[in-house]
Amino acid sequence: MFKATIKIVLRPSILDVQGKAVLHAVHDLGYAGADQIRIGKHVEVILNVADKAEAHRQTDEICKKLLANTVMEDYTFTLEQI
Amino acid sequence: MDKLKVGVIQFPGSNCDHDAVHAWGEISGQDVKLIWHKESDLGDVDLVFLPGGFSYGDYLRCGAIAKYSPVMKEVIRFAGKGGMVIGVCNGFQILLEAGLLPGVMLPNDSLKFICKTVNLKVTTTNSRFTSDYQTGQVIQIPVAHGEGNYFAGDDTIKSLQDHDQIVFQYCEPDGSLTDQSNINGSRLNIAGIVSKSGNVMGMMPHPERAVESVLGSNNGLGVFKSVISYISEKV
Repeated sequence: MFKATIKIVLRPSILDVQGKAVLHAVHDLGYAGADQIRIGKHVEVILNVADKAEAHRQTDEICKKLLANTVMEDYTFTLEQI
Repeated sequence: MDKLKVGVIQFPGSNCDHDAVHAWGEISGQDVKLIWHKESDLGDVDLVFLPGGFSYGDYLRCGAIAKYSPVMKEVIRFAGKGGMVIGVCNGFQILLEAGLLPGVMLPNDSLKFICKTVNLKVTTTNSRFTSDYQTGQVIQIPVAHGEGNYFAGDDTIKSLQDHDQIVFQYCEPDGSLTDQSNINGSRLNIAGIVSKSGNVMGMMPHPERAVESVLGSNNGLGVFKSVISYISEKV
């Protein structure tokens, strides 16, 4: 079994309005040094497969097909045997 | 003339499905049926209508999960064969996620859910969905969305322009395209587009909510009339 830990973020070229709004709130809290906030998604998938290469292939497909919309988002993931 | 057979798709979370049935049925006088998202057969429909709402709770991304519902496989096949498809609001978001139209929807730049009647410029009448209007005509149709900020890369935007695929744009009452009238921050004030092949249209404003004067506007009727005259002339 493998656990895939997936991080999905908006591409740098896309304005993250949610991040921008949160940045305003962080400034209001007094953290003037906070310069940028980007908000993304954290997804964990447990895969009942024996082979790491296969787990990698399946995770990549799941990301491409469903979890991320690659027009606006980038994804990265790590795999850990469990 | 035979009546059009219209299929309105119902996803869990659709909430404009019955408005669409009313607009196609009682108002436009066509045969209309609801098609549940688990169906894998559309029947002999002439047109598929994806209504607004919050399909699958808008989980993950608006429209992302609907894309893989059994009925959408059939809708994608239907569109691929040249079948006509309209997606309104969440239906437009589903068409983008399904790749039937180019681009994506981002959250409105104001981060607010916008629910009001807006001015729309009919950018082209050279489409099966807008031929009943006049080019440049300004119409009033309501919007109700939190993620209607249309985004696409420069190449896609240029291609949309080059192929006359932009059908509706947010505008001032006089038809001018300003940042002020661009309610959600969409590129080029885009409110609705058609596919390059011309048989698929997505729009964020709700034409089905503007089909009789008691609703405050009947400016949405043009979309229905355009489609009806296109399909009946073809037969």
